Amino acid sequence: MDLNTFWFILIVILFIGFFFLEGFDYGVGILLPFVGRNEKERSVVISSIGPFWDANEVWLLTAGGAIFAAFPNWYATMFSAFYLALVVMLVALILRGVAFEFRNREENETWRKFWDWAIFGGSLVPALLWGVAIANVLAGIKIDAKKQYIGTFFDLLTPYTLLGGLAFVALFALHGGIFLTLKTEGEILERAYKFTWYAYVPAVILVAGFVIAGYFATDIFKGLGINPGVPAVGAAAALLASGYFVKIRRSGWGFIMTGLTIVLATLAMFQGLYPRVLISNIDPKNSLTVYNASSSEYTLGVMSWVAISFVPIMLLYQAWNYWVFRKRVSIKSHGHL
Amino acid sequence: MDALMLARWQFGITTIYHFFFVPLTLGLSLLVAIFQTAYVRTDSDTYKRMTQFWGKLFLINFAMGVVTGIVQEFQFGMNWSEYSRFVGDIFGAPLAIEALLAFFLESTFVGVWIFGWGRLNKRLHLASIWLVVVGSNISALWILIANSFMQQPVGYTLRNGRAEMTDFGALLTNPNLWVQWPHVFTAGVATASFFVIGISAWHLLRKKGDLDLFRKSASIAMATAIIASMLVALVGHTQAQHMVQTQPMKMASAEALWNSESPASFSIFTIGDENANKDVFAIRLPTLLSILSYNNTSGEVKGINDLQTEYEKTYGPGDYIPPVWVVYWSFRAMVGAGGLMIVLSLYGLYLVISRKLSTRSWYLKLMLVAMALPYIANSSGWIMTEIGRQPWIVFGLMTTEKGVSTAVGAESVLISVVIFTLLYGALAVVDVYLLAKYARDDASAKPENSEEADLVGAY
Repeated sequence: MDLNTFWFILIVILFIGFFFLEGFDYGVGILLPFVGRNEKERSVVISSIGPFWDANEVWLLTAGGAIFAAFPNWYATMFSAFYLALVVMLVALILRGVAFEFRNREENETWRKFWDWAIFGGSLVPALLWGVAIANVLAGIKIDAKKQYIGTFFDLLTPYTLLGGLAFVALFALHGGIFLTLKTEGEILERAYKFTWYAYVPAVILVAGFVIAGYFATDIFKGLGINPGVPAVGAAAALLASGYFVKIRRSGWGFIMTGLTIVLATLAMFQGLYPRVLISNIDPKNSLTVYNASSSEYTLGVMSWVAISFVPIMLLYQAWNYWVFRKRVSIKSHGHL
Repeated sequence: MDALMLARWQFGITTIYHFFFVPLTLGLSLLVAIFQTAYVRTDSDTYKRMTQFWGKLFLINFAMGVVTGIVQEFQFGMNWSEYSRFVGDIFGAPLAIEALLAFFLESTFVGVWIFGWGRLNKRLHLASIWLVVVGSNISALWILIANSFMQQPVGYTLRNGRAEMTDFGALLTNPNLWVQWPHVFTAGVATASFFVIGISAWHLLRKKGDLDLFRKSASIAMATAIIASMLVALVGHTQAQHMVQTQPMKMASAEALWNSESPASFSIFTIGDENANKDVFAIRLPTLLSILSYNNTSGEVKGINDLQTEYEKTYGPGDYIPPVWVVYWSFRAMVGAGGLMIVLSLYGLYLVISRKLSTRSWYLKLMLVAMALPYIANSSGWIMTEIGRQPWIVFGLMTTEKGVSTAVGAESVLISVVIFTLLYGALAVVDVYLLAKYARDDASAKPENSEEADLVGAY
């Protein structure tokens, strides 16, 4: 395996980590107004992701940095192509980030409501935009021979890409709902189960729709023939199984299943993409690949050593963090944490 | 305005705004860690209250630094995609390493610290704040490794139409980095020290509430203020000498030195005519600039006009002169603010030692206002550094106009400039309101519920 492929895999791993981890905290944010009926309950819901969300978001920043370092042309073309969408995403992430810190700093109903809505919107919008973005990457965008995007903002919004956005929202809501059933107690737990179930049906329908539409809108299933590949089948099976485990209230297993769905679906999408990283729908020759978009051999080599040395350490202390704060939170126990 | 100009404004606005919060994060995390270390070692309740009081302010500030930092990372690709293509091979690496080494560390352990009060054992909890200190300062280091490449490109070769990394070690040992990072670190400590002193001064003036906490805070911060503000100036001096060697145009502009002089004079006050590249009115001290630049009285310092001629020979026709008045006055604002900080903290140290701090009310009032000084110095320092490098985005390698995204139209950039400016403006109001609220908060008024006294984070 060459270094270009190795870095493609590393970036896929970063996206898997990002979608898996931030996926559930986006989901918790999306379910916040539904599961948290009053200020105290919303406080509990937010506390369930309190110690985790910030580090989860760093998976995205690291993925962004890794793309910049390993595939500068991918970074340059994609970030300038998605310009306005990224502006919207940044606004959402900024409001969401400060909301966690600010909401409890003032004993005022309106103040807290405002920041709670910021957490809801700040979770919903990035989830949606990530779906739209990934769908655009799979379907291809207008890239010319100079590796420049020549379309407009509205070219990025097609029925297929919007369906992708909704599928991501529903899947993350389901994933986040199951996470809440693992972290809460009492009434909140009951409501979390209810809304997890409400998220499950749309998630299955939308994800299925997104996959089917993908057969027409993209070429990533080509070459896989009738057999869509282990990751894709596994993802579908895990998604279906997650509903069963929610129904019989085995959330631990349920969470593993939605987690598997996210991991395997991400794998399947990037597998279909490889060796391309950004598809041109004008001319396949214009597509960016792990070869024509990459950094030099030397840079990839240096970065490989850095990644091999420090990723395990990072994984260890993050896992430790989850272990330290493994207990359920409740109105009684959470205090102000 | 065209997309280039708008993109430059956006970068300037978002970067200066981001750097309102960063230095306080760098320095205040350290002070909080020091207070908490004292608490763990002595078990004194005052130190515990200090940790919690300043810890709250640290967190309110920290959140703003984190969220505005995301914009910084994305902006290179969004607005400066051609720059990113050209230097990505060498410039992307430090950014990626920063995320992996520093962001994960600080964001994980700030969570552990917030939620760990009363849950983790004291030493482990103390370790978490120290890891936040380490994480934030490592983050600054890697960002400055990237920025240093823009000031003084090293370890690269021009190949395949771009700058490619040939020596990773050279990036880490970039001489520019090792004068710049200490400058930023000590500036951060100075910022936090003045922040702590200013807020403590307010409480000491009121003579109400937990005066023990604020006396102790002010005394410790006075010590760090004097050390940091002296060091920041000392390192800054070395940095300026380094600049004379590597970016003489920046130094010449900072001094409004139009023509080479040997020995060179130091400008006290200049009104210049930038179109004619000469002074309209100037007061200059003879020889001082040579002494500052080379530590002796005879060195030649190159002037703007001579450098322009020289650069035209090296790089081809063009205008290689940055906006001189911006560089000149931002340099003076930085040095002036820094000088005042040294004087104020020296006098403050005398007051602390002679135990007169609480009674010298004019000084306390002054220190309340002086909280602004580090912010003036930090912002003008960056304005000088970045504008003084113009027209280059990477010195000698690429001009700023060549780095802008070609795929992004002016309307798009205008939309984002407006959105970010409005959002940042609104958040500044909220953040200052919260900082002021918690800074005024009478720390002695403890919550009735003893459990809540432990809870700093509070989501």
